[in-house]
Amino acid sequence: MSRHTIAVIAAAGAMAIAAGGATSQAQAQDVKIGLILPYTGPGAELSPEMDKAIDLYQKLNAAQIKPYKLTIIKRDSKAPNGAAAKIDAQELLTQEKVDVLAGWIYSPDAIASAPVVTAGKRLGVIMNAGTAFITNLSPYYVRTSFTLWQSSYVMGEEAAKYLHAKTAVVAYTDYPPGKDALNAFKYAFEHNGGKVIDAIPAGGPEATPDFTPFFQRVKDEHPNVLFVFVPAGDQATAVVKTFAALGMKAAGTQLIGTGDIVPDDLLQGMGESAVGLITVHHYNADLDNPQNKAFVAAWKKAYGPDSTPNFTSVGAWDGIAAINHALHATKGKIDDGAAAVKSLEGWKFNSPQGPIEIDPHTRDIVMNEYLDQVVKGSDGKLHEKVLATFHNVKDQCKELAIGPCAPKK
Amino acid sequence: MRRHRLRWWEALPWIAGLAFYFAFPDYLGFGCDLLVTILFALSLDLALGYAGIITLGHGAFFGVGAYTVGMLASYNIWTEPITGLLLAAAVAGVIGFLSGLVLLRTTGLTLLMLTLCTMTLLYEAANMAAAYTGGFDGLPSLPISPVFGVFEFNPLYADTQYLFALGVILVCFIFVRILVYSPFGQSLTGIRENVLRMHAIGSPVRRRLIVCYTISAALAGVAGGLSAQTTAFVNLAVLGLDRSATVLIVLILGGYGRLYGAFIGAVVYLALEHFLAQIYPAAWQLGLGIVLVLIALFARNGILGLGETLWQRFGPRRAAP
Amino acid sequence: MNAVADIAGIVLGGLAAGTVLFIVSVGLSVTMGLMGFVNLAHGALAMFGGYVIVLSMNRAHFGFGAALALGFVATAALSVVLERMLYRRLYRAGELDQVLFTIGLIFIFIASTIIVVGSETQQLQLPPALSGQFNLGFIQYRAYSIFLIVVGFLIALGIWLTFERSRIGGQIRATVDNRRMAESLGIDVDRLFTITFAFGSGMAGIGGGLGAEFLGLDPQYPLKYLVYFLIAVSVGGLGSVIGVYYASLILGILDFVLTLYLPKGGTIFIYALTILILLARPQGLFGRKGL
Repeated sequence: MSRHTIAVIAAAGAMAIAAGGATSQAQAQDVKIGLILPYTGPGAELSPEMDKAIDLYQKLNAAQIKPYKLTIIKRDSKAPNGAAAKIDAQELLTQEKVDVLAGWIYSPDAIASAPVVTAGKRLGVIMNAGTAFITNLSPYYVRTSFTLWQSSYVMGEEAAKYLHAKTAVVAYTDYPPGKDALNAFKYAFEHNGGKVIDAIPAGGPEATPDFTPFFQRVKDEHPNVLFVFVPAGDQATAVVKTFAALGMKAAGTQLIGTGDIVPDDLLQGMGESAVGLITVHHYNADLDNPQNKAFVAAWKKAYGPDSTPNFTSVGAWDGIAAINHALHATKGKIDDGAAAVKSLEGWKFNSPQGPIEIDPHTRDIVMNEYLDQVVKGSDGKLHEKVLATFHNVKDQCKELAIGPCAPKK
Repeated sequence: MRRHRLRWWEALPWIAGLAFYFAFPDYLGFGCDLLVTILFALSLDLALGYAGIITLGHGAFFGVGAYTVGMLASYNIWTEPITGLLLAAAVAGVIGFLSGLVLLRTTGLTLLMLTLCTMTLLYEAANMAAAYTGGFDGLPSLPISPVFGVFEFNPLYADTQYLFALGVILVCFIFVRILVYSPFGQSLTGIRENVLRMHAIGSPVRRRLIVCYTISAALAGVAGGLSAQTTAFVNLAVLGLDRSATVLIVLILGGYGRLYGAFIGAVVYLALEHFLAQIYPAAWQLGLGIVLVLIALFARNGILGLGETLWQRFGPRRAAP
Repeated sequence: MNAVADIAGIVLGGLAAGTVLFIVSVGLSVTMGLMGFVNLAHGALAMFGGYVIVLSMNRAHFGFGAALALGFVATAALSVVLERMLYRRLYRAGELDQVLFTIGLIFIFIASTIIVVGSETQQLQLPPALSGQFNLGFIQYRAYSIFLIVVGFLIALGIWLTFERSRIGGQIRATVDNRRMAESLGIDVDRLFTITFAFGSGMAGIGGGLGAEFLGLDPQYPLKYLVYFLIAVSVGGLGSVIGVYYASLILGILDFVLTLYLPKGGTIFIYALTILILLARPQGLFGRKGL
């Protein structure tokens, strides 16, 4: 190929790009979303669940997204050290010029990214990270996932009211979500007449500890309930199986927890061990509402009958729905972070998890919590049966202004 | 001592470092990470490459340095960056000296495990003191004063941070370079090569090892402090196995015991990781793993070792034909 | 609960935890002790075996025993290929080159697992006889723990008999003591290495599957538990396979007791114990001097 031909092709290409840019301006505005998730490292198992939900949303809601076109740019936040996620946020903003940032599975990644999001003045939609005070760190953060205070607080109340428990032991993974779960449960349980007689830090979030010594200790303490928080993943399976295999139920202790110990995608694999467990969470795949029926059906159609969405999928689904809302509300000027955040304050949405709202003061999610019990259905599979529904639950850490959630002096 | 005369190409890394600043203004956050890793690897080279101390726990000192800077800043006690780094070096040096006293009686796998477990104990201690250290979630948005009271750190572009870090590692590098070519540095190499002979000629082996380990720890502390300053963030991960293992790999990949191995290894490893991850967020470890395996199979003593072999075989002959 | 049952519960719980550690780590002791090879990728082979076992049960409906056998054979076969093609070239290299190589191998295994199977957790489905409780007469205890303890004991006994009584065991001991002498006596050291490496890796594969009930199984496995494997080997003493057994059980029981009574101490005990033991006995509890 001569130098001349190359020049001609290059010129033609440049013209085509220019022309294409002009026409797409008229037809569909391309909106870039920078997605920061751990595709490798300890949190990697959750990222595909969220990716699938984001793809599915775009497929099912193409009509609602029009006239815009969403382009997702994925970046790996690797091990939860904050540094990698922060560089991702910087580069997505400065190199890729994204209009919105989203994702964040681990809280330290969202915490480290906060100054970048603030300096970049773009909307940042937190789709999973659950440490309560994160939304205080940047005025551009909006959260569509959860805090541990929401589920654990309700579980604490209901352990006393619904299960009539007098004594409880808490076993928790020794990192911030676990401590949030402990504090929320303890606060609510003890304000309703219960007593937490022991709180056991059970290992860190990465390596799965042997739960036998912890549970053997609990067995000797004879509490009415054992409240457990561990990250949804192989630790959850280990907790449920060890609890069953030690015969703790027969010894008179009921296992309760947040929904993290029975995530929908692992529930069937837990088998008989899971039957009877009582948890509080904002989502389970068996929820009976039209949005969820359609969501789960579309999910199984797209990803196979054995694949089940879980609460992280719903956090991503709601997050992308929030971005779509902000996009239309700002008439495509979603890159104006302040306007985008404003359009989401008080935003209401019918999610697969039921009605949700973004609290206009805290930019955090307000949602239903469900008291669930694992039951064996007539189809031989395990299901979550909703025993009670609690409406419009706010993050109690910020409501009560406890600890790090209290406004800084 | 011909070896320690400065050669022209030794200016290249610093010219490249400055060129990077002007050529890639959107990559300076990554650039800071790279500089911090180079400094950390350089500190490890002092212990591993020169004194032959095999450690998997060097992150202990990196972490102590990072927490020194991070906690002082977070509680608004001390936010000046340069003196902050000196404090980080001092605290990490003290920890290095104390642990060196106890641990350097052992060698090989035992030493490796002892350093690793010491670091893990520090990790657990920092987790137990989460009320002060921020634990897993870390200390957010650390306030760092402007450099020389003038140049503010930039959260979005990290340009000030980059130049500051480049200056810090230049100073540290000059120090290390002088040290390894001093009689003290030569005696370390002697210990690594043949410890029995050094004992035989009456060299105070253990004392020298401890001094070297302390200096290495202090430098690792500077790297950790620099990391806390440039990212304005510190969490438990600074004390994790991840970082210690990565820096060991970086150093072996580049070539240990030869100063510039830290530079080559960090650039190759981090650039591969960073750019592969941009294209294949979930599968980049495959490419990185293949490169590591190939280097291990076909090069002895890392990329610099490979370069030397090739130079000897194919490079220009000294004597003219 | 009475005192006998309390103590029995502690001993059984600790033995089970220690046995898990032993089964996964024993192969590492073989490669590091016999061949002097720093094989950090040992956990990757354990993960490979674990995936073979769990997937053959969940997807191809193998029985537990058949799946374990398949896991052993598949991992051993893979390790022979790796040993012949790659490891062999590095026997004479420095230990740091071996570290670089095996870490690279870990990355390849992790990424391949994510690409081929996916990054989600794999769940082991135990046969009904092994889930639930087993009555020992004086105490009801987790059936699977008892099963593990028995299996671990049989494995240790088998290895000990092989080492002490068989011809190949004698060759291995001779090679550990003095490789050059062994070679000059006509022992085919290359073949010996391949066999022991395959056996050690096969054991790791079984351990990945047997341990999945406790340790879980996901692509991060090789890095997540690397420290535990190294602890078992270094405390046991390099080159002493049976030392790894005793060390694992001792660490398992001590860690169990401390965790039970001082749960606030979290995970520090195993590391503190390791430091204390190694400072007192740098060659490990059962290691011979000079190794």
